[in-house]
Amino acid sequence: MADIHVIGLRKTFGRVVAVRDLSLQVRDGEFLVLLGPSGCGKTTTLRAIAGLETLDRGRVVIGGRDVTRLPPGRRGIAMVFQSYAVFPHMTVYDNIVFGLRMRRVPEAEQRRRAREAAELLDIAGLLDRYPAQLSGGQRQRVAVARAIVMRPDVLLMDEPLSNLDALLRLHMRAELKRLHRELGSTTVYVTHDQVEALSLGDRIAVMRDGQIVQCDTPGRIYDTPATRFVGEFIGTPPMNFLPGELVLDDGGPAVLVAGVRIPLPGAAAAGRPGPVDVGIRPEHLEVLPASAPGALPAEVVVVEPLGPAQLVTARVGRQTVKVTVPADAAVASGQRVWLRPTPSRIRLMDAATGDALPGGP
Amino acid sequence: MTARQVAVYGAALAIAAWVALPLILITLAAFTPRDVLYQWPRPLWPSRFSLDTLLFFLRSTGVWPATLRSIQVAGLTIVLALALAAPAGYALARHAFRGREAVQLLILSVKMFPATVLSVPLAVVFIRWGLYDTVLGVAAVHTALSVPFVTAIVTSVFAGVSYELEEAAMTLGSSRVQAFVRVTLPMAAPGLAAAAIFTFVLSWNEVFAATILTLDRRTLPALIVDSVLGAGAPLPFRFAGGFCMVVPALVIIFLIRRYLLTLWGVTVR
Repeated sequence: MADIHVIGLRKTFGRVVAVRDLSLQVRDGEFLVLLGPSGCGKTTTLRAIAGLETLDRGRVVIGGRDVTRLPPGRRGIAMVFQSYAVFPHMTVYDNIVFGLRMRRVPEAEQRRRAREAAELLDIAGLLDRYPAQLSGGQRQRVAVARAIVMRPDVLLMDEPLSNLDALLRLHMRAELKRLHRELGSTTVYVTHDQVEALSLGDRIAVMRDGQIVQCDTPGRIYDTPATRFVGEFIGTPPMNFLPGELVLDDGGPAVLVAGVRIPLPGAAAAGRPGPVDVGIRPEHLEVLPASAPGALPAEVVVVEPLGPAQLVTARVGRQTVKVTVPADAAVASGQRVWLRPTPSRIRLMDAATGDALPGGP
Repeated sequence: MTARQVAVYGAALAIAAWVALPLILITLAAFTPRDVLYQWPRPLWPSRFSLDTLLFFLRSTGVWPATLRSIQVAGLTIVLALALAAPAGYALARHAFRGREAVQLLILSVKMFPATVLSVPLAVVFIRWGLYDTVLGVAAVHTALSVPFVTAIVTSVFAGVSYELEEAAMTLGSSRVQAFVRVTLPMAAPGLAAAAIFTFVLSWNEVFAATILTLDRRTLPALIVDSVLGAGAPLPFRFAGGFCMVVPALVIIFLIRRYLLTLWGVTVR
């Protein structure tokens, strides 16, 4: 068990800056997810913690020990690779005990721990097989077993679910969460799938262009994105952003969108008056059949039934807005509607920088 | 069948015949009794088959020692060529270092030096160093000739083993060397064996350098060429000798064709 401190990390590949000045702390026993689009530097960060990249700058401290110059095998980490990296020329058993053999763990102990890990991952019946005889999901389990059998201080996972089909992914996601609860090892998990991140992480570090944009609990990442990028990257469909203007006059703080005045709760607006991006999640817009105060006139473009809800694509002026409505709501394409945002759920972003205005919810 | 197809198949057939016909004729002749070989006009398809001609060749003076020497030279060439080419191939496959392409080009450019031009100065140097007319001397030259090919093959073999496997081994406590020995090497072994066998063929068939750089201790091809050109060896000797040179190469190339094709970026199933 150990905490991780990544301090001032920088890594370039030729002229490409993969990670620029990144600092990160992971608490002991925490499940931290590195989330971001491809090329944002999340995998490079993970590999830096693993010791598979030489750093341009920065330090990695695991459990109070500076491991920056140590090889991967002496950092107290274990890693699950995206491609699983299961050794094809070894049986499942030999794969699982590979690391224990490297550590010269006694034979009997190897067998005991391998059996334990195999049972934990439900692959005890496959120990004599070769990887070529396994399905993708089983290979994945072998890779995880091979990592946890080491009882690592830190478990690193690089998009471990991305090669599984949708149903299996859902299943393995829950398995990984259970595994983390049972083992309690500090975990750093890389993914580009925001649903995975929200469901697994104690905290999520959202990355972009080699930097962490926001690092917080899933709830806060979802509800109060720190930038427009985070709001658009997290959530399906993403947060809507409409151009507006913040006004602070006698009527109290309010935001003007498409000529409609939406009053804001007192604390919501500490920013300066001026142009802003008004962020609102699809589930925080109410569809009304008639005009109402604080409701934006819109035209329904498409209605998509999703089973438990309907996804409405509407147009406010020239802006496209996504709205989630109950499955039984009567909305039809071409219909004229009014969209009323829940004022307390509005998130204002600086129109120029895309950063959240201070004092938001 | 379109005219284009006819042309393509026709060309393929012509090329195949160009390569295969002499081999077929030599093979037929090698199994024709000696007296039939001297008949005129000689039948294209012999009326009788026998091992007479082959045995005559195998019992000729110097054939067995030369064969043994050829095997020694080829074996030594394999060891030397792999010792040089395997690390180079590993580096080319694994690391994107500065001048990587230049190195690759340089290795291939070795093939541009005509052995004919090099052979005379080489003979002089070899005499001075005491390498002339030795197994080691011929093997050294064969190594130089085969290193470009072997490097290319070995590079593709190592590139075929995912680096992530080595990294996984390292995260599990292996050093770089241990990861290579325990993971990459076992997986590359079949490909490396193919490279070794290919080197054997190159050395087994090489005649020019072997002829220039030996005198008494000929390798098999050098002996055959010398007997034919210098001593005017009889017809059966020529046919049987040609057959003995061709067959090992042919069999080996057939066995490792999959690896040679991946080398050129072609896959066949």
